[in-house]
Amino acid sequence: MSQQVSKPIQNKWQAVPITKQEPARRTKNFQEVVLGYSEEEALAEASRCLTCQKPECVKGCPVGVDVPAFIKLIKENKYQEAIAKIKERNSLPAICGRVCPQEEQCQKHCLLGKKGASVSIGLLERFVADCELKKGINVELVNVSNGRNVAVVGAGPAGLTVAADLAKLGYKVTVFEALHTAGGVLVYGIPEFRLPKDIVQAEVDYVERLGVKFRSDSLLGRLYTIDELLAKGFEAVFIGTGAGLPKLLNIPGENLCGVYSASEFLIRVNLMKSYKFPEYRTPISLGKKVAVIGGGNVALDAARCAVRLGAESVKMVYRRTRDEMPAREEEILNAEEEGVIFKFLSAPTQFIGDEQGKVKGLQYVEMELGEPDQAGRHNPVPITGSEAVMDVDTVIVAIGRTPNPIIQSTTKGLKTLIGGIIAIDRETGQTSLEAVYAGGDIATGEATVISAMGSGKIAANSIHNYLRGKEEKDVLPAKTAI
Amino acid sequence: MGSVQVQEANYVILEKQQLNPQVKQIIVYAPDIAAKAQAGQFVILKTHKNSERVPLTLAAWEKEIGTITIIFQEVGYSTIELGALGVGEKIENLAGPLGKPSEVKNYGKVAMVCGGVGTAASYPIAKALKEAGNKVTTIMGARNKDLLILEAEMRSVSDAFYITTDDGSKGQKGFVSDVLKNLIANGGEFNVVYAVGPPIMMMVVSQVTQPFGIKTIVSLNPIMVDGMGMCGACRVSVGGKTKFACVDGPEFDAHQVNFKELMQRLKSFSNEEKLTIQVNEKLGETCVCHSK
Repeated sequence: MSQQVSKPIQNKWQAVPITKQEPARRTKNFQEVVLGYSEEEALAEASRCLTCQKPECVKGCPVGVDVPAFIKLIKENKYQEAIAKIKERNSLPAICGRVCPQEEQCQKHCLLGKKGASVSIGLLERFVADCELKKGINVELVNVSNGRNVAVVGAGPAGLTVAADLAKLGYKVTVFEALHTAGGVLVYGIPEFRLPKDIVQAEVDYVERLGVKFRSDSLLGRLYTIDELLAKGFEAVFIGTGAGLPKLLNIPGENLCGVYSASEFLIRVNLMKSYKFPEYRTPISLGKKVAVIGGGNVALDAARCAVRLGAESVKMVYRRTRDEMPAREEEILNAEEEGVIFKFLSAPTQFIGDEQGKVKGLQYVEMELGEPDQAGRHNPVPITGSEAVMDVDTVIVAIGRTPNPIIQSTTKGLKTLIGGIIAIDRETGQTSLEAVYAGGDIATGEATVISAMGSGKIAANSIHNYLRGKEEKDVLPAKTAI
Repeated sequence: MGSVQVQEANYVILEKQQLNPQVKQIIVYAPDIAAKAQAGQFVILKTHKNSERVPLTLAAWEKEIGTITIIFQEVGYSTIELGALGVGEKIENLAGPLGKPSEVKNYGKVAMVCGGVGTAASYPIAKALKEAGNKVTTIMGARNKDLLILEAEMRSVSDAFYITTDDGSKGQKGFVSDVLKNLIANGGEFNVVYAVGPPIMMMVVSQVTQPFGIKTIVSLNPIMVDGMGMCGACRVSVGGKTKFACVDGPEFDAHQVNFKELMQRLKSFSNEEKLTIQVNEKLGETCVCHSK
């Protein structure tokens, strides 16, 4: 799969292959794996686009980017115009070009995909976004400030989208971020080799240059409550606080030393940069034999970080088979190339520790796939008597996260669903409280960066409508009096 | 309409004091945190750009002048680094108040058992309990008399006051738990016992009160990274269930806590901790242990 030299090819049904760092090299560094298209490659790939009159790809995009239009601009070598076209709908293109699951979204609907390979829309988006970053982002402030204040809680993909969209409309937006740096999952979750943190920072800088204020180290619910934000004079609040505490397997030995949640492992490695320890002071303790529990993108990110940190063997333990893995195919292939071993149809039953309370074994039971459920997904069933123990010295549990509970528990009248997700109107993003909106993982459950951005777009639009309506009422109070 | 005032993050150290050879106190300008702080809560701070996030208990705060007081023992690289900051210097990142506040009400008679730097966390709790009408008996201890901190402050909020030192250099020779045991044996009927200090001390206090069924609360200090309900590093077993000290705590029912596990988990990164200090010495960085 990995080709060092790729030449633009003529076959309309094949995508221009992408250059990646060779596995032998990339497993020893944290630099980006996928190197992106050259101009020549991008032009060749763009030329494959049919520029459909009724583009299906746009329907697959949660934020509705006009895909054929930006690709047409690439064909005409108008890269600046192409990025401007994307930014009409998406404020974070360099990020989305890298981490969106395009094969499930825009590219899934591409007509070329019916017979051959879809146009590599994500790689083209990344190409123009990177062109712009190299030149320096051009910020045009279109609307004059309307002087109205909106607070955004959480500087992840949802919050950044709301902030950018409202700033472009002239609102004064303040983003409150609990951590010391903006970006949310883009900085604490997704590793450097998939999404360089300089790229995230550049996109955050862009949002800041739109006039958005960032206030880090602010855990809302504790530092200020939502009611206090409204009392301070913010006319609307958007809650995008994302995923919270790790889900646990609830099996014996889970609190042994050496058993990490994927969140802790990735926060240490990515946010605190412990891959640069001790230059960065936050340590990571990693053994030689690592097991990662789970089959999603987070599990793969953790496994691939463990490879790069020098583990001798990294095994992914997943209770179903490769076909059921929720992770992106591309990333599964990357992980395979990097030497990650997959142990399918195996479910952990117990962690075994030594006298010092350090994990030394992972007991698991083998599974077989049962009948498909209503959703067509085969549920794994344990095979009696198949228990075995795997030698491990580090385990990373990556089986999902629950919503962060702090805002919900400190905001009166904010309705939540089972599991603590904030209840919203799907059409508007409004919560049970007036002037309070929510989106991203806190309101939808765990999902992708782009779907968080999509829900942010909906909320931004609703906040704008709400505040416009309020303004009309404020301006014309006499009408009802007469 | 108009501008909304939000406090800028600008956490400057206004005062600094060496309380004993290992323990320092800093007073930091942080009006927004001071305005919201309650007994039992903590902050997470990061001294420089490359530093660790370190959880530290709030020892005091002044809402009117907008300051918070942090007391810390220089035990590892990160706290030594913090201790090297001088008056007028800024702490790069400071987030708080974090954690659930103590449940402050009139329990009746409360014993406040504190050890070492844990006394810093005990003081606001004892003060709040005293103000709520409790009769507060303080038992504070340290290895020797030089390591005792906040004696005057603790006395000022206590109805009865005892000191122990391991070497007998001040107060009673022995442990805080010995005094507590004696008081209970001699009819000191406590409605609640609070214990804040090293895990081993909290465990022993818990063992002392358990046979008598006295409600005992401990403030736990596990390893944390974000401290905001995300990473799960701070998980502790309480009554056989996993709890997260940063959002479910830091205070828990002592009789339900698995202290052995807590103590083991605190050692998770001890090898790496040593390495940080060694490597930085090798790199020829100035040793910050004795500066300022």
